[in-house]
Amino acid sequence: MEDNKPHGHETGDIHHQFVEEHHAPSSKKLIWRVFWILLGVTIVEVGLAELNHMYHFLSKSIMNYVLIGLTIVKAYFIVAYFMHLKHEALSMRYIIILPFLLIAYLIAIALYEGSFLGTVIG
Amino acid sequence: MANESIDLNPKKNLWGGGVSPFNVSWGKMYMWFFLVSDAFTFSGLLIAYGTLRHKYAESWPVANEVFTHFPFVHGDMPLAFVGLMTFILIMSSVTMVLAVDAGHRMDRKGVIMWLGLTIIGGFIFLGSQAWEWSHFIHGTEAGKMLADGSILQGANLISNEYGHPLFAGFFFFITGFHGFHVFSGVVINIIIFFNAINGVYDRRGHYEQVEKTGLYWHFVDLVWVFVFTFFYLV
Repeated sequence: MEDNKPHGHETGDIHHQFVEEHHAPSSKKLIWRVFWILLGVTIVEVGLAELNHMYHFLSKSIMNYVLIGLTIVKAYFIVAYFMHLKHEALSMRYIIILPFLLIAYLIAIALYEGSFLGTVIG
Repeated sequence: MANESIDLNPKKNLWGGGVSPFNVSWGKMYMWFFLVSDAFTFSGLLIAYGTLRHKYAESWPVANEVFTHFPFVHGDMPLAFVGLMTFILIMSSVTMVLAVDAGHRMDRKGVIMWLGLTIIGGFIFLGSQAWEWSHFIHGTEAGKMLADGSILQGANLISNEYGHPLFAGFFFFITGFHGFHVFSGVVINIIIFFNAINGVYDRRGHYEQVEKTGLYWHFVDLVWVFVFTFFYLV
């Protein structure tokens, strides 16, 4: 490999940058570990939803928070490892993640206002 | 090579040109921007779904009681089929990462094999979704007895034997929109699959196209993770 070349992101040389981003040899192990985590969390989710449907050991709303929490865990693993966002520059991570604060805001508004839907104008 | 990235002096004017402040190629950055906007579209749809579900909570169908079938098996198996679909999509995401990984090593055969498996996974998912839709549209054998004595079977945009008709509308729209994303992903995967076979990326000197397509494919998996939770689990 042409080791004396400057880093790809300085020269705009995509190929060189690409080779530099070359994963460590252990990346396959990491990929499969993430796969097992995703599979495990999915099985836990289905199991919890199903068992709670049968035995009602948790109230529906608490169970929903648990399931949504597990979903966000899965989303984290997909975005961080499969989409490789964890290894991007910090500025890149911010411009991708911060806009989703607006989504949190929209959820808060929509669920609150949703209770009044139809009660004002019928 | 590691030394070169260390000698990148942060005081050097990052925004003065000549360097890539985000340390990412323009193609990947555009893909990320597209995915953020697409994520906003899906968020809008899912939030609309959540709002109206909240409003009509009493007549909203319980997914465990709607999606209980499993192909070629008779009996009540709630969530089994959709769990399998989720597994297939996660699996195809893994084969896609392995294709990207092979691309980093300039391993053309590896890219072709893993991309091929990803395409197969995408087709199996699409077929499963068609099955799911068909089951939902045709409904149960017994159906639901209406007030006038007629039997309502299955669901469409106007009526729904399982509960509130809006459930069917959102189900068709959101899983359909997601399914169309999967379909587009499969088409793009097929194109880069043949490009890889024809050696396009070897001539170009890098497999970045596989990586960009991979970002899209993982995004489709990511959206399904949320659709799965909000339609089937909660």
